[in-house]
Amino acid sequence: MSDKPPAEPPSSEVTPEALYLRRREFLKNTGLFAGTAAAVAGGLYLLGRKQTRPMDAFVPDAGLLDLPVAKAKGPYDTDEPRTSYEDVTTYNNFYEFGLDKNDPARFAHSLKPRPWTVVIDGEVHKPQTVDIDQLTSWFPLEERIYRMRCVEAWSMVIPWLGFPLGELLKRVEPTSQAKYVAFTTLQDPEQMPGQKRGTLDWPYVEGLRLDEAQHPLTLMAVGLYGRQLPNQNGAPMRLVVPWKYGFKGIKSIVRISLTREEPPTTWNLAAPGEYGFYANVNPAVSHPRWSQASERRIGGDLERRPTLPFNGYAEQVAHLYAGMDLRKNF
Amino acid sequence: MASPPHPWLNPALTVGGLAPLMMLAVQGPRGDLGPNAVEAALNQTGLFALVLLTASLACTPLRLVFKWTWPARIRRTLGLLAFTYAASHFLVYAVLDQGLKLGAILEDIGKRPFITVGFTALMLLVPLAVTSTNAWVRRLGFPRWQRLHRLAYVAAVLGVVHFVWRVKKDLTEPLLYAAVLALLFAVRGAEAMRKRRARAAVAARSAAS
Repeated sequence: MSDKPPAEPPSSEVTPEALYLRRREFLKNTGLFAGTAAAVAGGLYLLGRKQTRPMDAFVPDAGLLDLPVAKAKGPYDTDEPRTSYEDVTTYNNFYEFGLDKNDPARFAHSLKPRPWTVVIDGEVHKPQTVDIDQLTSWFPLEERIYRMRCVEAWSMVIPWLGFPLGELLKRVEPTSQAKYVAFTTLQDPEQMPGQKRGTLDWPYVEGLRLDEAQHPLTLMAVGLYGRQLPNQNGAPMRLVVPWKYGFKGIKSIVRISLTREEPPTTWNLAAPGEYGFYANVNPAVSHPRWSQASERRIGGDLERRPTLPFNGYAEQVAHLYAGMDLRKNF
Repeated sequence: MASPPHPWLNPALTVGGLAPLMMLAVQGPRGDLGPNAVEAALNQTGLFALVLLTASLACTPLRLVFKWTWPARIRRTLGLLAFTYAASHFLVYAVLDQGLKLGAILEDIGKRPFITVGFTALMLLVPLAVTSTNAWVRRLGFPRWQRLHRLAYVAAVLGVVHFVWRVKKDLTEPLLYAAVLALLFAVRGAEAMRKRRARAAVAARSAAS
């Protein structure tokens, strides 16, 4: 390299001033174009982002214990492909943690499922308040692979772990007055921040007729995919009634009461014309705002599949409703 | 040659406005839209249609209130983008969600009010998109063209109703758009009233003289 200053370029190579200024304008306009385009795209992205948030970051695995399973396959299990663990744990309706499908996966870490006590009372001969681990130890855990049909017309196939609710009811001995079972979710806005908003009347309550509760398909689930129930799926214990819409499956249960009268249920209170007490899956009875004739299987085919009466469990449960008008008792 | 002011504005809006649609087209088939990709695509296209339509309706009120003139220059682009998203929204519903089963689609449009109003809003936007060119403004004459394009307000209101009826419980977001629309209506209403008073005053003065 030489120390001499660089030679001036010949005048023929000097950009004419007018062109130089236009170049500057061109650069300025290019910059403004790029900036504005990015701002518009970014603004729209921010408005719509909650639909497309990456999910894999929220899949729970640490700290969830594998549970002992007494029996690998039962007579009620479906052979359909299971919905992935990732989808089952990141696509949830659990308004206690927010309204978007991935809110429960993002926010349910504030729930403390241990220690946890469950109150069993009402029309029973042996009312009790019992620790969740003690309660679970009373029964051998079974895996049950059930279809789950949401009232929003999507469905999953989930390998639950749990015990039949009927076994628990036997143990507490319902009185002859008991006609219904009422369930209550935890109410604690510190653990369930969604309860700070008046979206629904908290706590969430659900109910079943006693014969529905005693049906062998009706499960108290404490796990899925061989592991403890993740918080967003209703830890430590939830109800699973596979022939009913998913909202009947009340989560994070703190109280089970046997009653004489039909208990109030949360979605029925919120919109009585849209959600009934029975909420049996029924392709013939549309939701007032959308059809229930078909459903989308999460993680399955793009094409909708026909919805089956009682979610495909008609053979097991249709007799419970003999003589009832299921259009009126929806 | 004098170029129009802000020559970058409309191209930038077009590119930026279409970018999310391109993203959806890439993300959807790759499985990047979450467990329920069809629902995600429906929600996003529907939301963007309403946002862009509302933005196009904000152009005139912005001029009236802040004396800004540049929004008027992007109104057509905003409207066409809104139509693009509304049409995509319907196509995702008809093709991906319903698998082009005509019977089910017609039943939805006929029997479910929330789909009826959404479909009506889209149908109202079709003539507006078709007549969005300068040639059509000339052909119709500006006053008639202007009257026709007031349908955009009707479409936006129907869009909000569609949104409200779709939501299961929490109305915060649809009501936000309802509030913005109400504000835009208020500005237009106040302006119409001011003009009428001004005309009345002029008429009164000319009658007195």
